[in-house]
Amino acid sequence: MKIVVCVKQVPDTEAKIVIGNDGKSIDPADVKYVMNPYDEFAVEEALKIKEANGEGEVIVLTVGGEDAQPAMRTAMAMGADSGVLLKAEQAELADGLSVAKALANEVKDMGADLILAGKMAIDGYGHQVAVMLGELLDLPVLPTAKSLEIADGKATVVRDIEGGKETVTAATPCIVTAEKGLNEPRYPALKGIMQAKRKPLEIKDVSLAEEGIEILEMSYPPKKPEGRIIGEGPEVAAELIKLLRDEAQVL
Amino acid sequence: MKLLVFAEQREGQLKSYALEAISEGRRLADATGGTLLVALIGSGISDLADQVSAYGADEVVVADDAGLKSYAPGAYARILKEVLAESGASIAILTSSAMGRELSALLAAKADASLLSDVVETQWDGDHLVVKRPVYAGKAFLKVAVKRTPTVVTLRPNVFAAAEKAGSGVVQSVTPSDIGSKVQVIDTAMKDSDRPELTEAGVIVSGGRGMGGPEHYTVIEELADTLGAAVGASRAAVDAGWRPHADQVGQTGKTVSPNLYIACGISGAIQHLAGMSSSKCIVAVNTDPEAPIFKVADYGIVGDLFEVVPALNNAAKDLLG
Ligand SMILES: Cc1cc2nc3c(=O)[nH]c(=O)nc-3n(C[C@H](O)[C@H](O)[C@H](O)COP(=O)(O)OP(=O)(O)OC[C@H]3O[C@@H](n4cnc5c(N)ncnc54)[C@H](O)[C@@H]3O)c2cc1C
Ligand SMILES: Nc1ncnc2c1ncn2[C@@H]1O[C@H](COP(=O)(O)O)[C@@H](O)[C@H]1O
Repeated sequence: MKIVVCVKQVPDTEAKIVIGNDGKSIDPADVKYVMNPYDEFAVEEALKIKEANGEGEVIVLTVGGEDAQPAMRTAMAMGADSGVLLKAEQAELADGLSVAKALANEVKDMGADLILAGKMAIDGYGHQVAVMLGELLDLPVLPTAKSLEIADGKATVVRDIEGGKETVTAATPCIVTAEKGLNEPRYPALKGIMQAKRKPLEIKDVSLAEEGIEILEMSYPPKKPEGRIIGEGPEVAAELIKLLRDEAQVL
Repeated sequence: MKLLVFAEQREGQLKSYALEAISEGRRLADATGGTLLVALIGSGISDLADQVSAYGADEVVVADDAGLKSYAPGAYARILKEVLAESGASIAILTSSAMGRELSALLAAKADASLLSDVVETQWDGDHLVVKRPVYAGKAFLKVAVKRTPTVVTLRPNVFAAAEKAGSGVVQSVTPSDIGSKVQVIDTAMKDSDRPELTEAGVIVSGGRGMGGPEHYTVIEELADTLGAAVGASRAAVDAGWRPHADQVGQTGKTVSPNLYIACGISGAIQHLAGMSSSKCIVAVNTDPEAPIFKVADYGIVGDLFEVVPALNNAAKDLLG
């Protein structure tokens, strides 16, 4: 089974965000970059499927700059076999459709039996690239999987929907996006880290399709006025409820 | 200028955020002298058209078919694509709900359109739409201009006001040509709970590691029921197995923006804040006066939640009747 996993490198969730001089993107200095947490679930799931089958191939695919390789190496250290970096400038907050097109162009000839991705990238918060990829390839998409079972040429996924959960199924090849809870990603072992350095990582130049949107400005969230601690213990409960009703007017 | 809003419904009930989307669509249409189209997709939903026009729809496009009763991504997206193409609408507006997230991306790919998700503000700059949306878990915002149409946007629930405004609501039925789907739903299990959904709730009471165990959530639930609120949790509580993942608020959980968010026994880690910092009013109850949650809270009480939360519940019952 050949499994392609779409992996994006993103700033660590703890990273302090400083807006760069262009006023449209972040200053990458001092930012630690990591694999998108949802993509870690996708990599782990691919490895589990390969291990359960006793054979197979896991390929990680990234659209990003030259410096996006560490996340791919991390995936390889976890156990992925190889990687393809579609090298493009300014991919971090690029139009999702352009990124999906670049991925689709590569995936269409790879002969993948399954494509895994994260439900969203925590930098741009797009929630779109993987679903678009499926649509562009005319393949079924099973988003936000909390469990995945592959059997008899079908993928079956359980996912949360508003007010409950549902089980959905589609024929493979298809695209599945990972939600938290799908699995517990493994930590790369030292041996894996050593091996990862020698695994094939192909770099291809691509140019992203012209974007339909333009970033005008990046700004910090509006500063909220300092909150106030109204007191200690249950004695102030009634005062709080009054404030919520009369001052904040939220009750 | 035409705008198309998809009005999400389940089981014949319009979602509260569908009304928010229609109202925002109306506002945008009015600002340019444009027309607002609203699409309804489902089965036995024709009577929702009146409700939709009461919020300002000029035209209501209804795809009513037994085969569309439950959400079918492929079929719904194809219908929206057809409506978008035929109407020539320049902006399609959905919601960043579970359904809207998937549908918007499918629609955008079909229509070769860009997609701007989780929008919290919209305005016109001449005839370009400019939107504001959070990035980096709410640590920054982007102002983005739409350069090419059609473009798809999804609005964050609970951010835009829903307001009634009579519209002409001319109803037009469309017959879907193909309701086949590559994805089959084989089972749906709904929780029966009288509490509102987290992403739709106006008030949320959330409990974290400070709850100390699953059995103690009754104090949170009692306050939630008095306030008509949903119950949320931190990841620490979810990872401990005290609450289902569906209740998790934060970066790897749900993004919520209720009018009131009450955080009990939650320290306020950056990943938790990512999911709730856009709430209009935040209350924190924590024994530790140094807990970071107090930095983002509008009101705080330092104290043991097992004493404070029941007292809040009693006060709420007394004062709100
Ligand atoms: C990639 C990543 C993603 C993450 N995503 C999320 C996410 O989506 N959501 C999320 O919540 N977290 C997330 N986290 C985890 C986050 O970093 C914190 O670990 C988590 O939010 C802590 O939960 P907590 O506040 O309940 O627990 P703690 O940090 O342990 O805080 C417990 C608080 O309860 C207080 N307390 C204890 N007893 C009482 C009492 N009796 N009365 C009142 N107060 C009391 C304590 O003073 C303390 O402040 C993520 C982390 C990572 C690395
Ligand atoms: N630049 C990229 N390279 C590879 N995969 C990506 C890229 N951007 C997004 N993805 C994949 O698509 C998912 C959803 O991303 P997004 O739509 O940006 O939130 C991510 O979890 C990745 O699996």
